[in-house]
Amino acid sequence: MATRAARKAKKAAKQPVSHRTWALGYLAVAAVMFAVYQYALPWEGLPLPIYDFLQLWLPPSSVNEALVYVICALGLNIVVGYAGLLDLGYVAFWAIGGYSAGWFMSNFFEQWKFHGLSSVATTEPGLHINFWLVLVIGGAVCAFFGVVIGAPTLRLKSDYLALVTLGFGEIIPQIFFNGENINGFNLSNGTKGITRLDPIPTGVKDLGPFDFGSKFVVFVLLAAIMVFISLQLRRGRLGRAWLAIREDELAASMMGVPLMRTKLASYAVGAVAGGIGGVAFATHVDGVYAERFNFSISIFLLAMVVLGGMGNVWGVILGAFILAWVNSTGLPALGDTFNSQFGTEVDFPSFTFLLFGLVLILMILFKREGLIPESRLRLVLHEGDADEELKPAHEEEK
Amino acid sequence: MTLSNELVLDATNISVQFGGLLAVNDVSFNIPKKSVVSLIGPNGAGKTTFFNVLTGLYKPSEGKVMFGDREITDLPPHKIASIGLARTFQNIRLFGLMTAEENLMVAMHSHLKSGIASTILRTPRQRKEEKEALDTAREILDFVGIGKWASEYARNLSYGDQRRLEVARALALKPEILLLDEPTAGMNPQESGVFVDFVHRVRDARDVAILLIEHDMSVVMSVSERITVLDRGEKIAEGSPEEIRSNQRVIEAYLGKAASEGRGK
Repeated sequence: MATRAARKAKKAAKQPVSHRTWALGYLAVAAVMFAVYQYALPWEGLPLPIYDFLQLWLPPSSVNEALVYVICALGLNIVVGYAGLLDLGYVAFWAIGGYSAGWFMSNFFEQWKFHGLSSVATTEPGLHINFWLVLVIGGAVCAFFGVVIGAPTLRLKSDYLALVTLGFGEIIPQIFFNGENINGFNLSNGTKGITRLDPIPTGVKDLGPFDFGSKFVVFVLLAAIMVFISLQLRRGRLGRAWLAIREDELAASMMGVPLMRTKLASYAVGAVAGGIGGVAFATHVDGVYAERFNFSISIFLLAMVVLGGMGNVWGVILGAFILAWVNSTGLPALGDTFNSQFGTEVDFPSFTFLLFGLVLILMILFKREGLIPESRLRLVLHEGDADEELKPAHEEEK
Repeated sequence: MTLSNELVLDATNISVQFGGLLAVNDVSFNIPKKSVVSLIGPNGAGKTTFFNVLTGLYKPSEGKVMFGDREITDLPPHKIASIGLARTFQNIRLFGLMTAEENLMVAMHSHLKSGIASTILRTPRQRKEEKEALDTAREILDFVGIGKWASEYARNLSYGDQRRLEVARALALKPEILLLDEPTAGMNPQESGVFVDFVHRVRDARDVAILLIEHDMSVVMSVSERITVLDRGEKIAEGSPEEIRSNQRVIEAYLGKAASEGRGK
């Protein structure tokens, strides 16, 4: 029995598709999509039905938006999937990252003038810093707030932690929402938001809001960097400590793992990803609007992580892409097709949350480990029903 | 078996109060270097509470704990663990979804240095550190006799091997003291016998002092060099196994007063 369990475990541990294969697949898909957007779509010889099909079902802007979700979901995965800390306020970091872009890449602060390696004309007022530097700044600001928010919060356990993070996820966007006049200082321009952001300088050309193809490459690159960071950290000292905390917090502390520091590290790294995603999102929509950073985004991101497979970056990418696409394109496009086909007027996008709720329930019932599970979890969640023998004998006593 | 005079741990006048309950009352206890000592007592005697004071999980209401020259009374558990006090758990608490070697490498966390940046960049120092940690982990697993399960998930190991893995994980902390909380719970007499030899082997090869909490008297008597008996939070006896075996108060505590008197007649 032991050998059989061992063999099965070994299979589960070693058989999954290697990270290298996944990475190559990711890059290959990205390359094909880039070719389609950059060359096939503008090509006049492209047959009209194909053109219409792509524009309806896979428009470049929705793909780019999905990639922003991918970046953020990868960050949330470090907190929720790796360290096992339930965070319901992740949108706070997305907002902070977004406003970093708004502050440092626009004419918003007219009273000041600073240009940092920006490609914008030097006569423009406001703070104009190079997009790539703003990514770093946004990440750093979020890491700082991650630590500030995390230090008091992470002392709490499970449900309490979730509730307090939920609170912070409401507070931070509210500050921006009402931040039009803080003692006469306009922090966020309130509901009007900050708009017209600087283009992304690439050395070759500046990418404005409508350079979907080129910005696609930028976002693919950012997501790839997040994947790289996640994987490297996971297979190191810190990643092991996160996993240990997820498994058994008390035992981890008794083995010399400092709980607060380790949890804070996961929170901060996750926050950096949220910040980078926020900056990317701001350049994607060419602006920052306070009302977009609401609670449902936190839940949406959490659903992506759960759907894809907590703890597995490739699963999270898939989960994030699918949900973001369904939300922005899939449902509306399906609705259009359905309505024009049958002459009805069903408002498909209004069923979004019904659908997501259903997906979550079905996932929890039938595939708790997600679409592409972490190999470790697959071991646990499916041994009971598939093969009684796998259960170690002493477990049954419990 | 003479005990060294040099103490590796010295707890003096420890009291622990939970509300109105005095769980541990003015207990002094020390561990000589490289010794094997035991803490016994009936259920509810305060053994585990005392154990938790040593490992930093509870703060004593009175008294202090010295580890060598350093006071550890108010240190957090992870700090105490990292300076050399490692423990196992009565009900096995391994990281089930991590492999045996990963379990050990978690315990090395406080001895490793690589941070976020060096881990992401895989600097040569980080690689070297990881490799050395892995080698040490495998060496310890070999030492406790489960080297062949190094890359097996902890939850898949047999019960006895999980117990061994717990000891191995504690050893990975490079402790000076190893605290074993009922390590033979769930073992049959034969396994317990093997375990007694194992404890001595660990002590001799790894230069650690060992403190045992144990219920199995045959194990306690054959493994310990000194036994301390707690009853209702108080220390009622301390001495060699022979002394403890014939101590009147110990017999009373375990069997009740009437029984011990009957025995005296």
